[in-house]
Amino acid sequence: MGRIGTIARRTFLVGSAAILGGVAFGYYKYKQPVDNPLDDDLAQGEAALTPYVLINADGVTLITPRADKGQGAYSVQAALIAEELDIELDQINVDPGPPSAAYWNTAIAGEGVPFPSTDRGAVAEGMRGFMGAVVKLMGMQITGGSTTVPDGFEKLRAAGAVARETLKAAAADMSGLAVTQLKTERGAVVLPDGKRIPYQALAAKAAEIAPVTDVTLRPSTQWRLVGKPMQRVDMVAKSTGTQSYGIDMRMDGMVHAAVRVNPRKGGEMISFDASEVETMRGVQKVIPVTGGVGVIADNTWRAFQAVDAIEVEWDSAPYPAEQDQHWQVLADTIDTGDADATPRDDGDLDGADATVEVEYRAPYLAHAPLEPMNATVLVTDSRVDVWTGNQIPRMTQASVAKMTGMDADDVHVHILMMGGSFGHRLEDEVVKRATELAMAMKGTPVKLTYKREEDTLQDFTRPIAMMRGRGAVADGKVTAMEIKVASPSVMDSQMVERQGFPVPGPDTTITQALWDQPYAIPNYRVTGYRAPQLGPVSSWRSVGASQNGFFHENFLNALIHEAGADPVEERLRLMTDDPSRKTLEAVAEMSGWGGDLAANKARGVAFCLSFGTPCAQIIEITNGEDGIKLDKVWVAAEVGKVVDPVNFENLVAGGVIWGLGHAINSQITYADGMAEQENFFDFEGLRNNQAPEIFVRGMENRDYVTGVGEPPVPPAAPALAEAIFRATGERPTQMPFGESFDFA
Amino acid sequence: MKLSVNGVMHDVDVEDDMPLLWVLRDELKLDGPKYGCGVAACGACTVHVDGVAVRSCQTLVGDIDGPVTTIEGLGNPSEMHAVQAAWLKHQVAQCGYCQGGQMMQAADLLANNTAPTDEDIDDAMSGNLCRCGTYPRIRAAVKTAAQSLQEG
Repeated sequence: MGRIGTIARRTFLVGSAAILGGVAFGYYKYKQPVDNPLDDDLAQGEAALTPYVLINADGVTLITPRADKGQGAYSVQAALIAEELDIELDQINVDPGPPSAAYWNTAIAGEGVPFPSTDRGAVAEGMRGFMGAVVKLMGMQITGGSTTVPDGFEKLRAAGAVARETLKAAAADMSGLAVTQLKTERGAVVLPDGKRIPYQALAAKAAEIAPVTDVTLRPSTQWRLVGKPMQRVDMVAKSTGTQSYGIDMRMDGMVHAAVRVNPRKGGEMISFDASEVETMRGVQKVIPVTGGVGVIADNTWRAFQAVDAIEVEWDSAPYPAEQDQHWQVLADTIDTGDADATPRDDGDLDGADATVEVEYRAPYLAHAPLEPMNATVLVTDSRVDVWTGNQIPRMTQASVAKMTGMDADDVHVHILMMGGSFGHRLEDEVVKRATELAMAMKGTPVKLTYKREEDTLQDFTRPIAMMRGRGAVADGKVTAMEIKVASPSVMDSQMVERQGFPVPGPDTTITQALWDQPYAIPNYRVTGYRAPQLGPVSSWRSVGASQNGFFHENFLNALIHEAGADPVEERLRLMTDDPSRKTLEAVAEMSGWGGDLAANKARGVAFCLSFGTPCAQIIEITNGEDGIKLDKVWVAAEVGKVVDPVNFENLVAGGVIWGLGHAINSQITYADGMAEQENFFDFEGLRNNQAPEIFVRGMENRDYVTGVGEPPVPPAAPALAEAIFRATGERPTQMPFGESFDFA
Repeated sequence: MKLSVNGVMHDVDVEDDMPLLWVLRDELKLDGPKYGCGVAACGACTVHVDGVAVRSCQTLVGDIDGPVTTIEGLGNPSEMHAVQAAWLKHQVAQCGYCQGGQMMQAADLLANNTAPTDEDIDDAMSGNLCRCGTYPRIRAAVKTAAQSLQEG
């Protein structure tokens, strides 16, 4: 590629950055372009029109930097680019691209600002913009927080439009025709006489000319793809068993590895005896790693067998050994601790007489995606390559660079398809262990696969949380609601301790989805307490909202019951946000709320606004001889625009099942410093026989777009708790409900 | 030892007590069967031995005395089995990691029961865990596949 091409693209990026950002905050560094990461690898005749579109002889590749954990991220990102690029999903390749600051995620900062997500006023928007600038500067290429669509909704379409117009300009140059005479469709520029010039044939020319950056996004009335049912780009492979995942990585000369690390997480390994192991068939090497020991073998199973045969003495855990002690720490934190934050304090709580007092608990939970953690690492003198499924490629690149003493530019992280994550792959311990093994096996690719037991025992779980509530009712209305919640800090454990990434101020995940709910309760206070670190914790699908949605809505249902009001009507009365109200009205209408039910049936309702998305749910259960059976769930979620209704319905239903399954069946508890659960027979979520019928409605009553990967999770547990209360007269106060109630 | 997989006879030199799953994956490089739990608790490794669905992670290779079929042998993108076509039609998958095992289990069910009820589906499929929660679509796809198999 010529020098001119490089300069042209740099210039182009200055222009396109202004379009892509779409938000000018008078913040100099924010407007500075970042280097296009694809420039480095371009050969003659290729054009990297933006960091999102690569055209070469192989075809058109759309770069989809948000990782695909199963939520359809590749497909939805490709669709947004293709919408404006005038190409179809069956004509393109997708590639997650290299780790790069160019792929910053602005939307992820949205949950960290002290404004409710329904507040789109100038101050709130400005603050979000500022946080977005911070995220950009730090180059956080993170997949999480239900941000893939909100972050990309304009940015990716703009990338497609800029690429399209530049290709048209190239075609105009080549043909001598005016740009206005040219059209684009199915990956080609079409001349007035019907002649088609495929985009590939224009790539070289497009790289030489001044890019067209003055583009206008098409109005929604002209959308070909967005909003219409799509076939996900990965669906054929996933319907035929031909989809490859990180665990399927193979290379010539690759060896297989297993590790055992102290199940008292963070504790040391005192000693190990591998004398019986080194003579086992296929075993090549035993290698100590941080906190444990690994085995290199010629086959995964032989590595598993060998690592289990090593006799190890583990040191104690750097946190209390028994579960009861963990709960006591939370209780003590509320009783005697200082508040981490009081993000909501309306009216006068101190003067209000409490008529209802409650204490609720939410357990530790493992992520347990079905594909266990794995990573393949090759260390050589000149570079390191990492192949893994991962949501934080930039942080992983930095960690591996530090461990190996390489420049970050020489650490190449290749992101592979993930068999689920639910937050698990926001952590990269498996890459660190694989790197340690690969450093001892220089020149040989090492694939490390965690045994399921290792995956569960080493998981950084959802935090435990305890909530205490005081509330009051009068004249059939809820008049006061005070919530105190304590949990260890996800930010301290995940970002500060493990990534060395400072997160100043209160941990907003502790009170997430408690303080920012759109209810006008006259006396309304939420206080968060940051408990000392216990077992290491991390982000679990819907993060703080996963426990707080249960706390807030179970308590609100208790108060509404005390007031003698209807839980749908009283919520509608209290709600201050019209799109939120409409989600609740939708599920009431869909379910025929208020109608007669058979004697052994009951319904419950809940609502939660999380990650900017209001979501309402009603569940119907049967309380039969075999126990409680989940019959039907009606769910409505407001996202501004449903990009792909087929995938939307699947994600929402999956989120409900995720929320219900863990609410009923799952917990991680500690004994002797170790998780007591280790596999799917004692930690499983929901199975087919317990899954209800689910009816989904996507709502489009706002002019901005929010995500849906996480918001269906929080309302599921409290809706079920209310139905259980109505069926049995007893309100669940702690998850999993299966400890206190029988389920069919 | 000899092992017939998807119609091809292989000679494999492994321990008798190696689970079939790891023979398929690491020796024969067939990645359709997935490792999820290792203890027959998730079903991601489901294959057919002599036409019957088994958990290959708990089936020792030395105990096998019939032909093995994996998801790759059930059908492929250009020639799909009715179950695979139904899975595609309903876009069942999210992460997709369990779906090979789900489809092998469903194919076994439909080979023995041409018109399964919801209860039949629950009974047959509840050993196959899907952490993404695609169960409503699995049920629908099993019924679609049953219908298309009946129609021939």
